[in-house]
Amino acid sequence: MYRYDEFDHAFVAERVAQFRDQAERRLAGELTEDQFKPLRLMNGVYLQLHAYMLRIAIPYGTLSSKQMRMLAHIARTYDKGYGHFTTRQNLQFNWPALKDIPAILEELASVEMHAIQTSGNCIRNVTADHFAGAAADEFADPRPYAEILRQWSSVHPEFSYLPRKFKIAVTGAEHDRAAIQTHDIGLHVKKDGNGKLGFAVYVGGGQGRTPMVAKLIRDFLPEEDLLTYTTAIMRVYNLHGRRDNKYKARIKILVHETGTEELTRQVEAEFAALKLSSEELKLPAADIRAIERYFAPPALAERADGWAAVAAERKANAGFDAWLRRNIHEHRHPDYASVTISLKGIGEVPGDATDAQMDAVADLAEQFAFDEIRVSHEQNLILPHVARADLKAVYDALVAIGLHTPNAGLVTDIIACPGLDYCALANARSISVAQEISTRFGDQRRQEEIGDLKIKISGCINACGHHHVGHIGILGVEKKGTELYQITLGGSADENTSVGQIVGRGFTAEEITDAIETVVDTYLANRADKSEDFLVAYRRLGAAPFKEALYGREVRAA
Amino acid sequence: MKILTANRLVDGEAVWLAADHSWAETIAHADVAANPDAEARMEAIGAQSLAANLVVDVNFVDVELVDGRAVPIRLRERIRAAGPTNRRDLGKQAWLGAESAA
Repeated sequence: MYRYDEFDHAFVAERVAQFRDQAERRLAGELTEDQFKPLRLMNGVYLQLHAYMLRIAIPYGTLSSKQMRMLAHIARTYDKGYGHFTTRQNLQFNWPALKDIPAILEELASVEMHAIQTSGNCIRNVTADHFAGAAADEFADPRPYAEILRQWSSVHPEFSYLPRKFKIAVTGAEHDRAAIQTHDIGLHVKKDGNGKLGFAVYVGGGQGRTPMVAKLIRDFLPEEDLLTYTTAIMRVYNLHGRRDNKYKARIKILVHETGTEELTRQVEAEFAALKLSSEELKLPAADIRAIERYFAPPALAERADGWAAVAAERKANAGFDAWLRRNIHEHRHPDYASVTISLKGIGEVPGDATDAQMDAVADLAEQFAFDEIRVSHEQNLILPHVARADLKAVYDALVAIGLHTPNAGLVTDIIACPGLDYCALANARSISVAQEISTRFGDQRRQEEIGDLKIKISGCINACGHHHVGHIGILGVEKKGTELYQITLGGSADENTSVGQIVGRGFTAEEITDAIETVVDTYLANRADKSEDFLVAYRRLGAAPFKEALYGREVRAA
Repeated sequence: MKILTANRLVDGEAVWLAADHSWAETIAHADVAANPDAEARMEAIGAQSLAANLVVDVNFVDVELVDGRAVPIRLRERIRAAGPTNRRDLGKQAWLGAESAA
């Protein structure tokens, strides 16, 4: 993991002191809310329905046990005993008092964490594949590049007041688990024909009210040019991005209105000019390798004994067997695996973890996973490096804290934003819909019969719940004072990213779970065979059979 | 009919303007404006409270009277008054009981 140097420590400590002073002046009435609001937002402090909300950055979703324990401590001491892991790999506390937030930030700084740039029109937390550094299908660990981007973008004077917020995601594997094509910039680490590392660069992806799939503007960018090229993109965006209309201010709109070809030309021209004028942004190989050393893989001893042990244990324990089928991901070392700790217990709130659960996961990471935890954008936790020989012990410990649900990637592994239960922007509830669908499909045999299926729910058009790229997406809106839910089908956020299509009129809160069941049953009735998952089947079948099943009489009448 | 709501500056707690011009933690104590004059009076008090840094985000909420109680028309405001619908142990409902809070 990256560790703060003296400059990082000094910078974060200075920001805490600044915010303490700002909060004190606000509480003393020396600052008005208009003056204070941008300052609190720069430090991740929002005002939501019931209270303030503090969003804490978890860079590229990587946490140590010590950091996780601090989050548990904050939940217990300053909040209401739980935290909410988000689709941006961050953590939100829903109930902190403003007067306590400087103390919280000070506690976070003691474990090299902060809440800087988790709000505002700046470059937000850089996200990455949650199996980074562990996955068998990975070319290179994306986290060193994400860390370089984090350092470069932190309070970057030129890019702190962009037309709108800006999100960057990096993956180093062929299979995209970081949803890079739904980000303002998506970077795919790859090698050229000579084995040289670099990136495919995607620009202009995003969700919200105008969902767009990012466009590939460069097939291969040498790694030394990462910051120069990113700066070129940011400059073009900063200059031409719209500031007159916040709904048209994201770079996706600029790409769309300018055209990919012309925008690429502008970026390449700026890139060429930057390279000519200075080598300041060129990344020296030694610097990249120095950052990479922070992310050096742990020394993985041979643990071949795990294979036989796991085989024997799974025969004797059906729950463990199901968990192995769903929550284990192939590791680059055959004696190890990456474990998904589902924060999607049947009928539970997606992404929520109690302080006791956070502490227990920290213990597990320390004991079995080289002190490392990841947060996935799918709102689960990951232990990236676990010896197969230790899987049963990890499973047993998860059973003890109720985090053993074997549903990774299944119909109940639902992404949901906080929705109207917490969020000031929301128009409808998301969590309650997720809970009801989870309960309806909670039977393990049924879930596994359905197979891989991603349901994603947002409580407003801002799409924090990624509904546009759900295989089944659900968007909550408010119509005539009641909640109404629109269904989209066929979305995807992997290397074949697609935006789901609205299937028809919306459903009330009372109807939506039945409607989702109808969609799932239609898939089951029409799939070629069990190996054809929902998305593949939908792409083959199109929307017609689903529309017929949902609205038969209405469709025929029209 | 309208009531005036805000969030308390120091801790963000949702509050409602009461008849005695204090900011109550429960909607049951909210003063109801039944005409434009009453709204104007409440708006002025809200502005004073904002200027005095007692509260932030001051807004009117449309309500209807149900069994003599002011009940917000929008679900959003009913959730604000009670707490998250998925966690009855949180928010005002945790100490008031969901029925009386909403």
